[in-house]
Amino acid sequence: MSGRFPILSLALRSISNRAGTALLTILTVAISVTLFLGVEKVRHGARASFENTISGVDLIVGARSSPINLLLYSVFHIGDATNNITWDSYEAVAGAPGVAWAVPVSLGDSHRGYRVVGTTPAYFEHYQYGDERPVRFAQGGPFDDLFGAVAGAEVARELGYAVGDEIVVGHGMGSVSFVEHDSNPFTIAGVLQPTGTPLDRSVFVGLEAIEAIHLGGSTGTGTSLTAEQLRARDLSPEQITAFYVGLTSPVAALRLQRQVNTYPEEPLQAVLPGVALVQLWSVVGAAERTLSAVAAFVVLVGLVSILTAILTSLNERRREMAILRALGARPHQIFVLLVAESALLALAGAVIGTGLTYGGLAIGAPLIEARFGLLLPGLVPGLYDLAIIALVTGAAAVLGLIPAWRAYRNSLADGMTVRL
Amino acid sequence: MTNDTTALELCGVRFAYRRGAPDVIDIAGFTLARGERVFLKGASGSGKSTLLGLIAGVLQPDSGSLHVLGTPLSDLSAPDRDRFRAAHLGVVFQMFNLLPYLPVGANVTLPCRFSAARATAAQDAGGVESEARRLLSRLGLDTADVWDRRAAELSVGQQQRVAAARALIGGPGLILADEPTSALDADSRDSFIALLKDECQASNAALLFVSHDGGLAGHFDRALDLSELNTARVGTAGAPQGAHA
Repeated sequence: MSGRFPILSLALRSISNRAGTALLTILTVAISVTLFLGVEKVRHGARASFENTISGVDLIVGARSSPINLLLYSVFHIGDATNNITWDSYEAVAGAPGVAWAVPVSLGDSHRGYRVVGTTPAYFEHYQYGDERPVRFAQGGPFDDLFGAVAGAEVARELGYAVGDEIVVGHGMGSVSFVEHDSNPFTIAGVLQPTGTPLDRSVFVGLEAIEAIHLGGSTGTGTSLTAEQLRARDLSPEQITAFYVGLTSPVAALRLQRQVNTYPEEPLQAVLPGVALVQLWSVVGAAERTLSAVAAFVVLVGLVSILTAILTSLNERRREMAILRALGARPHQIFVLLVAESALLALAGAVIGTGLTYGGLAIGAPLIEARFGLLLPGLVPGLYDLAIIALVTGAAAVLGLIPAWRAYRNSLADGMTVRL
Repeated sequence: MTNDTTALELCGVRFAYRRGAPDVIDIAGFTLARGERVFLKGASGSGKSTLLGLIAGVLQPDSGSLHVLGTPLSDLSAPDRDRFRAAHLGVVFQMFNLLPYLPVGANVTLPCRFSAARATAAQDAGGVESEARRLLSRLGLDTADVWDRRAAELSVGQQQRVAAARALIGGPGLILADEPTSALDADSRDSFIALLKDECQASNAALLFVSHDGGLAGHFDRALDLSELNTARVGTAGAPQGAHA
């Protein structure tokens, strides 16, 4: 009967006697743990989403620059290509043995700040993201007319577009284009579902349409020809920005990559999207690690608040320690009492914090997926969360050694009587 | 020298808080028989708290021998002294004896949770809880009323009685009372002393009642003056100041 049990139950009773302070302390820990776990969840979600921005594509081919640069403009639509590549090169690679399909993309135009991607309807068949999820249409379908367009989810939401609306495409980037090809408006043929990828912020039109609106010159003062006149013209593209390649067997990727990189007619470059994405993440991932470190420090602040609360209470509790000593409690039991209090407060805080995180995720995750297409991983607590709870509790027990040591020293000096 | 009829026996006990510091306690001889109830007059600064710390085994004499209930406390290790205190001693302080966050009942039965011997003794006397209730009502408390109340809600007089019940549960052989009545008014003081004495007698426990108030001496079998007993020249209060700042 003189084991740990009375000490642990005394620790609980003693905490509940100081319920106000204890609740505030627990709340501090709970909030800090919620923040930490929330940051971790979003971090992993963002990373997984980022590294799966594009899947199902075996090679991306563009003008020779750096792999990350090619990835940035061809997939993320960030920055511009150093050079275009010729349609002949595209056809040469597309016809190479082992190539199952190739989808061209032509960039350079915009619509009210969103990138316009010139491509073919096959784009929507072959582009995959996440865990090989295909692109789906929320409304309508791929464009089948020269002046048909497909809007990404965010474009449609922000600008309020639906199938049948007419839009005007401008040259260059920026929300106000200086040159608008307004004599040839496009009609929305389809709207995509959210994907959490750059697709959401893009407008897709046919390659021929890109050619058509640039007939007046490559810098584009626009053309005054009517749609009927344009349809009669030969709108075969001469140049494109890049193209995606799918292979019959992924094993051939490295061989084809080498062939493309040494293509004699034009300086081309092929990248494996998965490899390039991981390289790119190692650059932008620094911010993510910083966020994690900040969240970890917030947890530390939460733990220090436990230390503060217990140290503050220590003086007024010397009488309590003296009574326990008089009843035969050993100094090490006083020590255990304070370590237990610290650990119990942290345990309660960590468990509540984990509950808050997953409660918030249960409510928020479907909304986040619906709106941003961002899939958050693991909606039920896992081993990782248990490890965090254990770690926080353990750390609090270690910090609890400080007040425990002071109380231990006090109880040795005070004995049964407190001389203040 | 020691036999089973002594509750307490000090022989040549000396104690100083630091090596080389002047002695706070120097007692050539002091004996308390089993079941005897003794009044010890001690002004503040006479080494009273230090003496109680030695008897309880919280402090260890520098020289001499100290037997409590026939056990040579001065020869035991610190954990053994703690265990011995839990099993055989009951202590009542001047005030704030109780853990404020425990109900009265849990406060009284607390010694039985720290000592298996006390628990067994209370069990043999009819059960831990019924023994606690019996002691509380013997000490003049309405058990049904106070049992579940938090200790902090009681008056000082009631708290001292709860503390006495806690000291007595499980039949310890020696009760140390350190100014237990100085926070009480004259009427409740006299009745408290009477009840404490009666209960010590009923459970055959020796009582060492320490107070600065010599007027209480008449209640007891025997009265001693610590300033005559303790030949150490003590100027100030026992412990070195700043040792627990």
